[in-house]
Amino acid sequence: MNTLQQIRFVWKPIIFLLCLIPATLVVTDAFELTGRLGANPIEEIQDRFGNWALRFIMITLTVTPLRRVTQWNWLSRFRRMLGLFTFFYAFTHFLTWLILDQEMLLSAILEDLTERPFITLGFAAVVLLTALAITSFTAIRRRMGRNWQKLHNMAYAVAILGVWHYWWQVKKDVTEPQIYAAILAVLLGARIFWHWAHDRKKLTTARLVRQQP
Amino acid sequence: MLIKKPADIRPSEITSESNYLKRRDFMRAGAIAGGSLFASGAMGAVIPDGRLAKLASIAKSSFSTTETPNSFEDISTYNNFYEFGMRKVDPFENSQEFKPRPWTIEVAGHAEKTGRYDFDDFMKPFDLEERIYRMRCVEAWSMVIPWVGVPLADVVKHFKPTSKARYVAFETLNDPEQMPGLHGRSLKWPYREGLTIAEATNPLAILAVGIYGNVIPNQNGAPIRLVTPWKYGFKGIKSIVKINFTATRPKTSWNMAAPREYGFYANVNPKVNHPRWSQARERRIGAGIFAGKHETLMFNGYGEHVAHLYKDLNLRRNF
Repeated sequence: MNTLQQIRFVWKPIIFLLCLIPATLVVTDAFELTGRLGANPIEEIQDRFGNWALRFIMITLTVTPLRRVTQWNWLSRFRRMLGLFTFFYAFTHFLTWLILDQEMLLSAILEDLTERPFITLGFAAVVLLTALAITSFTAIRRRMGRNWQKLHNMAYAVAILGVWHYWWQVKKDVTEPQIYAAILAVLLGARIFWHWAHDRKKLTTARLVRQQP
Repeated sequence: MLIKKPADIRPSEITSESNYLKRRDFMRAGAIAGGSLFASGAMGAVIPDGRLAKLASIAKSSFSTTETPNSFEDISTYNNFYEFGMRKVDPFENSQEFKPRPWTIEVAGHAEKTGRYDFDDFMKPFDLEERIYRMRCVEAWSMVIPWVGVPLADVVKHFKPTSKARYVAFETLNDPEQMPGLHGRSLKWPYREGLTIAEATNPLAILAVGIYGNVIPNQNGAPIRLVTPWKYGFKGIKSIVKINFTATRPKTSWNMAAPREYGFYANVNPKVNHPRWSQARERRIGAGIFAGKHETLMFNGYGEHVAHLYKDLNLRRNF
């Protein structure tokens, strides 16, 4: 097997199964096979899915900077799958809220969406993620051309909305939201820095070209 | 790696609900047959010094709800007690080494009788009652808890507050050695709460010392805590070391931390939402994943006993 085949047939399935572990644990804990969901299982399920959605968007956004630093270009092969797992956990988090927490009660859902800013933020993030998930197929990506990258830059907005949603949701202790915010700041900061360095280099090159007789 | 010490007693080892219910039948039968020797409670409250030791001479109360109480496991593993950490299971996991005895309570302020009292002496003048109350947390979940305690009104009257006393202020123990949550700055320590004199002398208010007929577990506020069932749970200050009769409204911890979100009164009110979530409905712990929520009642369903206290008050502003 060559490297590409190894990634496709060995590493991708392994990573795929690893990414499913948190969701599997929710199910097995619900039946008390591996652990327990505690006295308030709905809150526990919702928190776990939400937390994993945040972790996965951080992991997904780490791929490109890590690849740049390490020169491990094969890393980018996992980016779509990780992004789709972000969507998966965000969507299950959303479904837990919709079905188990709000019991599909339209009035309660509308009230939450319009009157609780942290829910509005979370909902916006899920809507954006859904758009990114739908357009993640290779065929659609090709057809969209340059617009695809523009749309998928919204991943940064999703991450910001997600952390903000978490920050506003907690009752008192914002330690965990602060940790996510710090990680996100580093991930976005690195991109801004590289972008700026790249622009400077281009400018310098342009000047040098101009100076030549 | 963090290795958690196992608790000395698992919740499942403690009197099961079925045994507990049987005991209630037994006591009821005894009360009928023996001219209510058990229920007379004329000896004063004696609180044994032992983890979850059985309490004796507990009278029934007509204030108790007939709703089924939550399991002891739910009550003792899911609650807020930030002195032991901020997760719901932290109080259970981090309070097992806590020493609720010996214990001293300071009574201070505008009262004829003040001073420092040993817990046993403090309790002696009062009679134990069982009060099965609904408990509504400000986070929109609820439980039914079979407390054992003494009416706060009896305690207030015993210390003879003067006419200057308009409020009763309470403080929790502030001992970082025993309470790991106190190392954090989540709230301003010690935890503080307060009631108006009228609220404190309302017959619903109790100082609880037990749950399910046994001494109250550390994580639920041993050895003595406040229970005001018509208010959100955070008013129920735990592990009380100081009772102060004051002329001015005392500062209260959650109100100090977020005055827009938590008021002094903190009466359960489905019409006044928390700025970040609805208070219209609540989730009953232990009801199961698909049980759904139910409507929250004004004053948590205790309006007939307490609504008159607030008849001249704008409850939207004084939330």
